[in-house]
Parts: sequence; structure tokens; C-alpha cells
Amino acid sequence: MKNIIEIENLHFSYRDDTGNLSAEVLKGINLNIKEGEFVAVLGHNGCGKSTLAKHINAILVPTDGKVIVNGIDTSDDSRIFELRQCAGMVFQNPDNQIVSSVVEEDVAFALENLGVPYEEMRRRVDDSLKAVNMYEYRLHSPAQLSGGQKQRIAIAGIIAMQPRCIILDEPTAMLDPQGRKEVMSTIRQMNREKNITIVLITHYMDEAAQCDRVVVMDRGNIILDDTPKGVFSHVQKLKEIGLDVPQVTELAWELKNAGYDIPDDIITEEECVEAIKKLFGGKTIGSS
Amino acid sequence: MAVLETQELTYIYSAGSPFEKVAVDHVNLKIDAGQIIGVMGHTGSGKSTLIQHFNGLLKPSSGRVLLDGRDIWEDKNKIRDVRFQVGLVFQYPEYQIFEETVYKDIAYGCRNMGLDESEIKLRVIETACDIGLKEEILERSPFELSGGQKRRVAIAGVMAMRPKVLILDEPTAGLDPAGRDKIITHIKNYHRRTKNTVLIVSHSMEDIAGFADKILVMNKARLFCFDDTVKVFGRSEEISEIGLDVPQITKVFTKLKKQGLDFGKEVYTVGYAKDLIIKYLRERGL
Repeated sequence: MKNIIEIENLHFSYRDDTGNLSAEVLKGINLNIKEGEFVAVLGHNGCGKSTLAKHINAILVPTDGKVIVNGIDTSDDSRIFELRQCAGMVFQNPDNQIVSSVVEEDVAFALENLGVPYEEMRRRVDDSLKAVNMYEYRLHSPAQLSGGQKQRIAIAGIIAMQPRCIILDEPTAMLDPQGRKEVMSTIRQMNREKNITIVLITHYMDEAAQCDRVVVMDRGNIILDDTPKGVFSHVQKLKEIGLDVPQVTELAWELKNAGYDIPDDIITEEECVEAIKKLFGGKTIGSS
Repeated sequence: MAVLETQELTYIYSAGSPFEKVAVDHVNLKIDAGQIIGVMGHTGSGKSTLIQHFNGLLKPSSGRVLLDGRDIWEDKNKIRDVRFQVGLVFQYPEYQIFEETVYKDIAYGCRNMGLDESEIKLRVIETACDIGLKEEILERSPFELSGGQKRRVAIAGVMAMRPKVLILDEPTAGLDPAGRDKIITHIKNYHRRTKNTVLIVSHSMEDIAGFADKILVMNKARLFCFDDTVKVFGRSEEISEIGLDVPQITKVFTKLKKQGLDFGKEVYTVGYAKDLIIKYLRERGL
């Protein structure tokens, strides 16, 4: 499969008030993402993960190095609209990205800017709202919606542009468990059914565990890049840079350290249950 | 004696209109002084409405709220004192920072209480220490700080008023794991030093499992339960059904129990899970 995102030796520094470059935030990132991949990016606050995400649809452009998305160099100003149709971004705060007072108008916002004909727009807005399971709310005011519903509206607005790739910067950080589940299942569905490439920035390890691939950043560098199992087996390393691992992974790691024979790549509850049963050799325990 | 108590507390939004909604429905609670309490509930469960009654931001539609045994609405003119005694830290409190220095921002509430300068200084420094802010940043603008630091400044402003009861609405929302741990550690330090009552609102049992003495769960405007942490975890399946997050480790032990490995205990931290498994393995010579 071809790469939809190619990041080559990306360096980035913000400029201070006087226009001078301040300390480097990204220090030579190399990362290729294939069409249809579902990638999580983990890292503690300030590690550069949001800065990296903003390079994918040219909110930021590299100080040095290259970012190519669907064949478009992000530093090419003349193709910026084409680029942003192809790579859409969803932000953390649902209230910051809703512009209209009616749900369906909000979803249509980008299409109006792109000059999509009415019939086509009507169809795309309806399809997008159905895709995120919010069609029946199309005439509601976004103000009446929950955080999770608002994020799904934001996602619908992106899908309406028929992008190849969606970048989500901690889309569930401000949501309750129900809202998180709704948004995660919508994202997974977009990936599976529409083959949209997903780059998900998150602090939640259980969300990362659901992805195909996990990239871990620390101080402007990529330090791990593997399957969720591969990444979470580095319990010590992740703890050192201030990240968690799923509780089941941590339990397995603790038991292994205590000398028990248990796999170090457990990331789901089911795997953990099976491993513990195995430790007890199929015996049962009763509380009475 | 209970520091906070509610008797048949009921609150109805837009009473008498077509949008009438009972947000808190006959809630009876007694919160003992000195405890850390986790407050949980799904969005719309009434937990925010409930906590806004504790310092008189909302007035009950019916029922009473007692602070140290006295109805807080007994004398309407004294409600300001109630707000000094019950400190409420909202969600994303960093958005409420406005002063030009960290020191002034932390001192703001104390100044409103009419304390003298030397007392204010003492409290600001003491609180900054509790919440893990170094003295040298006190003279800086709070807007130069990181998000996590700003949040701690905002929390410190309420702590400095030395409220008998400190209520924090999702103090760790939106932070990374290290930031979450840091805030929780500092709140625990504050609690250890002051022995004041602390209520922490959270969506995640995992977050509050490690330190709450008791957990209060709201569901559909009613009090679902208010009990010792360990007992609440004993009802983890029901709690999961009302839309709250149960720790992954608790779910594993629930599944193990169904499959013939009943450890006979409620498990909600990884450390305890490990100890329990090892104990049972050793007993069986495995």
C-alpha cells in the first residue's frame, strides 16, 4: 500500500515575538503512514505531538525537512486548499470548532466555502451525519448537544469534504466515558468502512491499544513506533517518560518481574484473564 | 458530626415551564469531616447540580443543605461566609485566572475575605508549597505558565482560603498521565496537612480508586450510592451499566470470578491485584 503521509527529517521551531527561532520542538522526525492505517500518537504534554499533527495539514510548515501528504508538499502554498480537503483536523475542545447555530449548516460550512453545488452538498451533509449517527439531530442547535455529540458533528464536517485522512488531536480529552466511546467507535468506523487514514493523538492508553500502530514521542523525537503490543511491552521506558500502560499490561509486567512466567505483550482484558488462568494451571478458587 | 449534610435535597430547573427538569431528586447525604470523597456520575446525572448546592451557588427547590449542622440558607445574608467555608474549583479553572502575577491570583480569594497582608502572604506561600509551585514563579505572570501549572495556580487560589470543604470538579480533565498524578499527589498533600474534607468529581473510577475514602455515585438525579470505596467497587457491574468507567483491572477480576477464579476481594489497583495473585499462587505452591 502507498504512503499517504511522508515525513522526512522534520525539524520545527516556533518563532518568538522578535521573529527569532526559539528552542526546537521537533528534532528530525521521520515517519511514513500508509493509506488506511490507524495510528495513535502518544507522548506527555509538550513532547511535540500536537506540533507534529499541525504539520500534516499545513497549519504549521517545517523549519527544515519535508512533509508530503497524498503527494502534496505541505509547504506549497498554491495547493493548500487541495491539501486541507485531503487531510482534515479535529481538535480537543468541541466548543471551539462549531461555527453555525444549526447542526446541518455547521457540517455544510466547509462545502459552502469550497463551492460544492447544492444537490451534491445536500447529499454529502446527509451522508456524513448518518455516518456519525447524528442524522436525526440535523436541525438541532449544537448548543443542545453533549460534548461527544459535538465532536461527532465536527467529524461529520470533516468527512463531508471526503478527506483521505483525518488527524484528531485529543478528541476525547474533554468528554465523559459515554462520549469517548461514541467518538472512538465513529473514528474506527470511518477507518474500517471508508478506509480513511486516522492519526489519533491521545493520552488514553486504552484508545491507543485499539489502533493498528502506536508512535510514542518524547522531547521532539519519535522513540517507539510499533504495534500496540510491541509498544506497551516497553513498560519501563514508557513509565520513565511519564506515560501509563494499560492496567492489564502493568499487572503482567509486575508478575513477570516477580518471577512468574507470563507473556509481556498483554494489552486486552481477555488476554490477561487467560494468562492468569494459565498461572493457576486451570485450577479454580472459591471464596468460601 | 457531619460537616455537610443534605436532607431531601431537590432541585428543579425551569420549574413550571415546558422544559422543567428534576436535576437532583430527594438526596439525603451525610459527609463526615476529614474524608476524601470521590463524586461520580454520568453527564446529566445531577452531580454538578448537587455540588453547586454545597456552597450555595444554587438554592434548593426543596429540602435543606446543612453545614456544621446549620441550614446554609437560614440567613441569606450569611451565604458569602458559606462560600468561604466551602471552596468550589470548577472544571478547567485555569480559564478563570486573570491577575497579573501568580501571587496576586492565589491571594485573590483571601483578599476578598478581608485578611491582612501578612496572613495573606503566609497562606499564599504555604498553599503554593502544597500544590507544588516554586516560590520564584509567584512573581511571574500566570499566563506564561504551562497548562498544568496554570491549573495548579487556580486550585491554590481556593485552597488558600482554607475552606473546611474543598470541592474540585474534574481537576485532572485533559491532562496527561504525569500531569494527572501530579495534581492528585498535591491534593493528597493538602489533605494530609490540613485534614480538611475534600470532594473530587471524576468520571473515572480508576482515577479516584487509589485515594478516596468513600465514593458517592449519582444516577438520573438520584443518589445511586454513597459508601466506602471498597464496597462501591463491589458493585462495579452496576456502575458500569450506568455509564461510568470501571478500572480495567476490576473488570478482569470480575471475569476471572465468572470463570472459576474467585479471589473473594474487590480489586481496583494493580498493586493489590499483583499481591493477591501472588498470595494465592504461593498458597497453592505454584
